[in-house]
This record gives sequence, C-alpha cells and structure tokens, in this order.
Amino acid sequence: MMNFIPNTDRDRQRMLEAIGVDSIEELFSDIPDKVRLKGKMDLPSGMSESQLFGHMQSLANRNTNMTDYISFLGAGAYDHYVPAVVGHVMNRSEFYTAYTPYQPEVSQAVLQSIYEFQTMICELTGMEVANASMYDGATAMAEAAMIACSNTKRNKILISRTVHPEYRQVLSTYATGADLELVEVELDAEKGTTDLARLDEMLKDAACLLIQQPNFFGCLEDVDALAERTKANKALFVVAVDPISLGVLRAPSEYGADIVVGEGQPLGMPLSYGGPYLGFFAVTKPLMRRIPGRVVGMTTDTKDQRGYVLTLQTREQHIRREKATSNICSNQALCALGATVYLSWLGKVGLQKLADLCLQKAAYAKDRITGLSGFEAAFGAPSFREFAIRCPVQPNSIIENLLEQKIIAGYDLGKDYPEFKDMLLMAFTEQRSREHIDQLVAGLEGLA
Amino acid sequence: MRFPAEFKYTKDHEYINVDGNEGTVGLSDYAQDQLGDIVFVELPEIGQELAQGDVFAVVESVKAVSDSYCPAGGTVVKVNERLLDEPELINQDPHGEGWIMVIELADVADLDNLMDLETYETFVEEVGHG
Amino acid sequence: MKQLEPLIFELSASGRRAYSLPEVDVPTKPLDQLVPAGELRSTPAELPEVSEIDLVRHFTRLSQLNHGVDIGFYPLGSCTMKYNPKINETVAGLHGFTAPHPYLPDSMVQGSLQLIYEIEKYLCEIGGMSRLTLQPAAGAHGEFTGLLIIKAYHRSRGEKRTKVIIPDSAHGTNPATAVMCGMTTVEVKSDERGGVDVDALRDVMDDSVAALMLTNPNTLGLFDENIHEIAQIVHEQGGLLYYDGANANAMMGYARAGDTGFDVVHFNLHKTFSTPHGGGGPGSGPVGVKESLARFLPSPLVDFDGERYYLNYDMPDSIGRIKLFHGNIGVVIKAYAYIRALGREGLEQVSKDAVLNANYLMRKLAEDYDLPYDRHCKHEFVIHPKRIKEETGVRTLDISKRLLDYGVHPPTNYFPLIVDECLMVEPTETESLETLDFFIQAMKDIAKESYEDPDTVKTAPHNTVVARLDEAGAARRPNVRWKKEE
Repeated sequence: MMNFIPNTDRDRQRMLEAIGVDSIEELFSDIPDKVRLKGKMDLPSGMSESQLFGHMQSLANRNTNMTDYISFLGAGAYDHYVPAVVGHVMNRSEFYTAYTPYQPEVSQAVLQSIYEFQTMICELTGMEVANASMYDGATAMAEAAMIACSNTKRNKILISRTVHPEYRQVLSTYATGADLELVEVELDAEKGTTDLARLDEMLKDAACLLIQQPNFFGCLEDVDALAERTKANKALFVVAVDPISLGVLRAPSEYGADIVVGEGQPLGMPLSYGGPYLGFFAVTKPLMRRIPGRVVGMTTDTKDQRGYVLTLQTREQHIRREKATSNICSNQALCALGATVYLSWLGKVGLQKLADLCLQKAAYAKDRITGLSGFEAAFGAPSFREFAIRCPVQPNSIIENLLEQKIIAGYDLGKDYPEFKDMLLMAFTEQRSREHIDQLVAGLEGLA
Repeated sequence: MRFPAEFKYTKDHEYINVDGNEGTVGLSDYAQDQLGDIVFVELPEIGQELAQGDVFAVVESVKAVSDSYCPAGGTVVKVNERLLDEPELINQDPHGEGWIMVIELADVADLDNLMDLETYETFVEEVGHG
Repeated sequence: MKQLEPLIFELSASGRRAYSLPEVDVPTKPLDQLVPAGELRSTPAELPEVSEIDLVRHFTRLSQLNHGVDIGFYPLGSCTMKYNPKINETVAGLHGFTAPHPYLPDSMVQGSLQLIYEIEKYLCEIGGMSRLTLQPAAGAHGEFTGLLIIKAYHRSRGEKRTKVIIPDSAHGTNPATAVMCGMTTVEVKSDERGGVDVDALRDVMDDSVAALMLTNPNTLGLFDENIHEIAQIVHEQGGLLYYDGANANAMMGYARAGDTGFDVVHFNLHKTFSTPHGGGGPGSGPVGVKESLARFLPSPLVDFDGERYYLNYDMPDSIGRIKLFHGNIGVVIKAYAYIRALGREGLEQVSKDAVLNANYLMRKLAEDYDLPYDRHCKHEFVIHPKRIKEETGVRTLDISKRLLDYGVHPPTNYFPLIVDECLMVEPTETESLETLDFFIQAMKDIAKESYEDPDTVKTAPHNTVVARLDEAGAARRPNVRWKKEE
C-alpha cells in the first residue's frame, strides 16, 4: 500500500502529548454518533507503486492503441502534433505544484506565463484584453453570453445552429440556470452557414449573437453580414474561433467582434479523451471590467523592478460575492502555459505555415473525395481544415467499415442534425499525409 | 481628519456641497481612508435621475468594492471624468478634485435628512471607535 | 526598469525558429482560391520567433521564480496543498490515456470508461451518494452543477424556490454560484462555537428556500456538531442540503456527507485526491447526489451492461451538459490512481494525520497568536494576531509577507471574513513533524520580531525575487498585455 505520510508513531505520540490528548480518535470526538460512519468505507485495498503502475497500464491498454489508426475525426478536438517541449515545460513541478498566484512575490513564473498567454490570445484575436483562460471553449462561450446579458440588460441570447452542438448544450444549461431566453438561429442548408433571412427580426431585444468561425461544419461564416446586423440591433457579437485558423484568417477584431472565445486544445493539448483543455476569452477595452476569471497585469515592486500581479480582482467572486461577474475562481493555468509554449514554438511564421498546411491538405482531400462517384461536398461555403461530405451510404456504416481498415473516417452529422443523416464530417491536420488521405479515398471508393 | 463646514454628510460617508439648486457629491475623507487605494470608479450617467439613497457610483479599491449612495434626489448634470484615469484623486483630495458628480436637486427637503459638520464629526468619532 | 526575466516576446528575433513542420506533400493552391480574399489575414499575429533553446531556457528560468509544493511548505487553508505523487503524473501520461479522441466509439475506449465507472463508485462511497458526474472542471463549476440539479428537482415538484441559505463563513463562490442560478442568498450567522447558529437558521428557513450550502468542517476548520439538527430543519421545510466538499480531507472514514444529511456534494479532486493545482488549474469538481436526484445529473453517465462500459445518454430529466466532452479526464485519472494506491485504510489514515497535524500546529501557534475558537479543529484552523496587532501595529498581511522570507507560502489570509485579521492554516497530512516545527519556529520568530523590530515585518518580504508589488497601480492603469513597439 502506498502512503505519502511522513509521520512515524513516535512523531504522532509527540504531537498528541503537545495537544494534550491521548489518541487521534479524541480529536474526532466532536462528530456526533448519529452522523458517524458505522463500519468501514467499501473501497479496495491499497497497492504498491509497481502494482498500481501495472493496473493503470492494463486499463490504458484496454483503450484501442491509436498508433495503429489513421484518424480524420475532429468535431471540436483536433489531432495536431504536440512538440516535446510542451510536455517538458508543463512537467516542471515549479509550475504544476503551485496554486493560484495569490502571493505574487513567490508566483512570478505562473503570473508572467499568464501575461504572455494573454498577450498571445490578444495577438491572435486582435482584441485588447484577454483573461488567464477558462475551463474550455464551451463554458467560455456560455460565460460570454452571461456577460452580454448583464452588459446590455437584455435577457435573450441568440446562437446559430452552426455552432458546435455541445457548445449549444452547455449554453442551454447555463441559460436555463440563469433564467435567460435562448433562441437558435436556423442554418442555410445549401451554404452550411448561419441563415441571414430572419436574423434582423430575431436580433430585436437580443443581448448577443453567438457564432463560430469556422463553424462546426468547418465552413466560413459571412462574418461581416452577421456583425453588421448584430451591431445595428445594439447586441454584442460573440465569436468562437479556432486558434490555428487565425494563422490565415482575419482577426475577429477586424470584423467587429465584441467578445472572442475559443477552445485552446489545438494549441498543444493531447486529445486525452476530452480534457483537460482550456478555453480562451478576449474582449474589447470597454468590456475589460466585465471579463470573468483571472487577469494578470504588469506592475512594479518597491525597488522599481518589473513584476506581475492578479489584477482587476474586484470583478471576482471572492470580493464581489453575489455581485461577481461569474463564480469562476480558477483557470486552466497549466494548460495555458502549455499553449504559450506551443505558440512560442510555432512562432509568427510557424503558425501561418501550419494553418496553410491544414488548408492545403483539406483542399486536396475535398477534391479527391468529391471526385468519387456518389460523394459530394455537403455545403457551398469555403472551409478551413474540416468539411462535410454527403455520402451515398449511411455515414455510420462508412465509419464502421473503415474502422476495420484502421481508419477513423470522421463524425456522423446525423447524430446532431436530423436533416443531415447522410453527412460525414472529416478533419485534416498537418499529421495526415498524402498517403493517409489516399488510403481514406481508396476506402471510401470501395464502399460507394 | 477635517471635513468642510459647509458640506452635508450621510451616514454612509458621502457628502454634498450645495450651491443654489445644484450639489456637488463625493466621498468624505473618512470614507476614502476606510476604502484604501481607490483604483476604479463607475460613474453615473449625465441625465440620470436619482432618488435619495440610490446607488450613484461604485468605487473599487484593490480588494473591495463599495456602492455609494446619493445624498439627495435629483438629476445628474456633471460627472468628474478625470476619475476615469485618475481614481486616486479621491484618495488625494476627496473634498476637492476628487468630487464624483453634480446633481440638480429635485427637492431641497432631502437635505434635512443629512448631517451637518458637528453631527458628522461626532458620528465619525463613534463609528471609529465602534 | 529592472527585470527578472524578459518576456518571451523580448527574446524574439526575426527569422529565428523552434518549429519544424512536415513539408507540403499534396498539390497546393494559392490561398485566395481556398479562402475568400476578404477573409484572409493581412497582419500576422505577433508571436515570438525564438529558437528551441531560448524557449526552454526562458520557461526554465521563469519556473525558478515560483513556489510550489515540491519546493516547500504550503499551508494554504481550504486548498489542501498536499504532495502530488509522481506516479500519478506518470500513469496519466500513458499513451493509452492521452491519445483517444473524445468521440471515439465506446468500444475503443473501454479502459477510460471503466476507470470513470469505477471512480464514480469510489467517490459515491466516500461521500455517501448514489450517482456522480465527472463533468465539472472545478469546485465552483461543481457548485453550479449542484445548484442547477437542486433547482431542477424543485421545478419537477412544481415548486419555484428562489433562496439559498449560506453561512457567513462560506467560501465566496457560494453566493456567486447562487446568483448564477437565478437565486438570491440569505446569510445565516455563526454561533460562538463557530457552527451555524441553529436558531438563526430556523428563523430564515421557510418554503421559499431551495437549499442550504454548507462546508463541513467549515472554513474555520470546525465540524458542525449540530449538523443532524440543521439537516432536519432544512428538510422539514422541503429544502435540500448542498455539501461543499472543499474540506473533505478531514472526514474520510469518519463521516460521509450523505449520512450527515446532505443531498448533493461536490469534491475537489485537486484538494482531497492529490491532483496538482497546476498554478490555478486544471482541476476537477465532480458532483454526487442521492438516488432521488440522480435523474437530474448532467448527461451522459457511464454505465455497465455486464459486458461493456458505455456512455448513457438516456437521461430525459438531465439538467443538460455542463462542459465539453467528458470532463477533465486527465485529472480524474490521477485521482483514481491516488484512491487505488492508498485504498480504504490509506484514505482513513490521510484524515487521521491531516487532523493530527492541524491540531498540533494550532496548539503550538496559540502560544504566540490568538485562537478565536478554542476547540479541537479538523484538518485546518484559524488564528489571528489580535494582541500583536494591537500592541505593535503588525498585521496579518505583514506576517504573511514575512513568512515568504522563510521559504514558506503563507496561510490563506483575511478569510473567512468573520474573523478579523484571519490566518487560515491547513498543513495537510503529507508534511513531517520537522516541517511543522520549522513553521512554528518561523511564526514564533515573527511574533517576537513584531515587538522588537516591527518595521522589518511591515516591509517584508526581503529575500524574495521581487518585493511588494504595486497592486493599486496595476488596477488603476491596467497593463494586461505586451505590445510591440511601433
């Protein structure tokens, strides 16, 4: 059995004497009999480290070995290569065994790395202020909607149906909780983007419009048209972006986003069956004091040295309590550090090259797949690293069949969109070679 | 701590300095001392109508937030925009450059509910030792 | 202006690089054929251009500016800064766990699903609950989930209850969470023994109250002896009891939230179950509930049909999804490893030694500082320098900063709010008697120094990499990002 307790029986005896009691049990005498646990907890016995390692390895082995597979599955989590430096920096225990930097004099590592992270998010999105990160992209979007409501004093939230289904589900949970009205904007099934037809009418009295760029189908939205209508109705324009896409796509500040959020997983986080990842959150200057979560600022110490502190803290729950902008009191600091290392590794040029690689691979795949008889592009709008294909057979059977060839074909859109039962969503990162794509194409061809 | 004799004071330590039918409103020296370093002030809007006791500003120090209550009802006619960049004016000169807003009084009778200098000094003395 | 370590942006040199990417191996097209010209980026993001060695040295040098559990004592109350076992990091990093995509079919992730299924059972057993969700990413996120479940429960009974009762010693997240759920809070004061004032509770309890949120032991480190009566008062009026499990490290094997009357509980895996705090996250805040509330949990849960584990989405009454995918599974793996490593006996021993260490510290510190509640504490306790402040002007903040000079992270300070100049100390079970004695001596030295040389204490720290920082300046004129000089 493992045990991380240094106390020896002799130490315990010394401590009991100093306290003035005869046994540890006496220290628990304030727990009334009525509520005490009778008997023992029904849990397994402990293990030695070698036994534990063996047990954990056997559980891990019960998952399919992904090195044997070629995956085209994306749908909100992407298989980009994670460079070795990311893990090495994140594994420094000076970072990972620290808590929230409440004492800045001994927390400059965490604080400065967050300041660097905030800067990178501002650079990517073009926004003025970013926070220290959120739980994930979906909760970041939900918090953005909450802020839009409190800022505009309106209680109707508009979200496009082209936004990731789980983002919409999380938002719906948050909105129901806060007694806010949530309305989904229909999609244009030809283009694969948000339908503009009834938007003006729907935007009346809305606090915000939430969209995703590129959207869940990988399609590029007509952001200028959406922004213009949103602004005309004095609602806030909230955009969820893919950080890698910002290597080639316009910064959301350029088309007038008020709040930019996103999922940071593509920035060096392994897929890890869904987490931990990180959300990012950036706003324009006027919204700076509404931003939820931690924010780090640069300042000086009494010796005129540069240093960093948590700042704008009066927004937060530990001070404002029931008037706080959110109850969030942590961030995904370690993941934000990983993302900062990843973006430093890529650098200004690397990010553009990576985005271009994704774009070129996806374009090649799209040409090849739509060249097969029976397969056609599902939507007319241009896309980034992911696109939907209309298939001649059930996507589910394609997925199952290709699994036998060790290919994970993609995501069955019919699960979330009943009208798209024949569509398969596929993602192409820099890790998929031409050979992989050709294998996929050959596999699909065999099924048509 | 010295407070101007011509001002009127509330029990929440706001002051009003009446001139004709207008009054300049701010926080007393005692209030700023209690709050510590003030870092941000959320100002009212010009034209906003306030009743006596309404929250007219939110004042933030590094680790505290407090609402400020309007000493007398009226319409906001001026706000001290310098505070947006220099909130420390409230610490440095609460009764002068650190004023927050000017209101046009709706009802001078509101002033009767406020404390004069002598009463306020006694009040501060009491809460200070309370 | 002097600086400890330049910003990564200040190390940048045009043309330098750390990245390596595969060559394009497909026929390429010009960008403007793939993306409408208007959507293309005109100015690239100003990311640093550094070599890999610059990058590694920057973050390594930076790391040396931080305190952490692996460096020294970290008695931060209510945060349970215990040792983070290395084996946890190793097993959570196994390729079998890190490689799977969250949307893989259940048949390909049986190992992860089994782990989720089993830890749900363990945490339910520890908390005395029936079912549990692993979606919430943190304690505050768990609170939100728990209150939404409570709200859904009342709604299902045709009741609209809008109030949440919170003791004055509660964590700040509690009231903020209640407001996020569209409820208002009612504060109930503590009695002279530090527990909930039962008469005051009776006065505010009526049929508009949705829940009472309680931490037990509370933030004073005290077990509420009247918990049985408190639960009765709330339940009699149809309210539910929410357990903030931040302080569960004191209770394992002694009392389970479920048996003491709580209906909903959240745990902090990054506190009680040894997963690292990561400088502020990622954490994990699973929420367990009694049988009658299970149908409201976030969807999906993991079930077992006798042959295989699967994600069960068949939950029509669920409050819905609270987080993307399945929660912070990488964190959950570490907590699972911890529970399996220690087992039942080990976890019981954790609570025993956590409480022993806290009581020893409390009694020793009480020789120089004041004890607002003089009774056995659980895993943490509060003290304050009442006499020292009156006689020397030295405050809790000064004492905290002076501790930094001893290489110790100060306790939580100025919390809970009901104790003036509060220091909240939680040593945890993973600290040795030698470490505790070192801390006691440091606190004794500081007490003495406060009388003999108060200025040294008031201007501390003196040995840290930076001195006291201008927090007012930072908040007045926020500089929250670097900008390239034009």
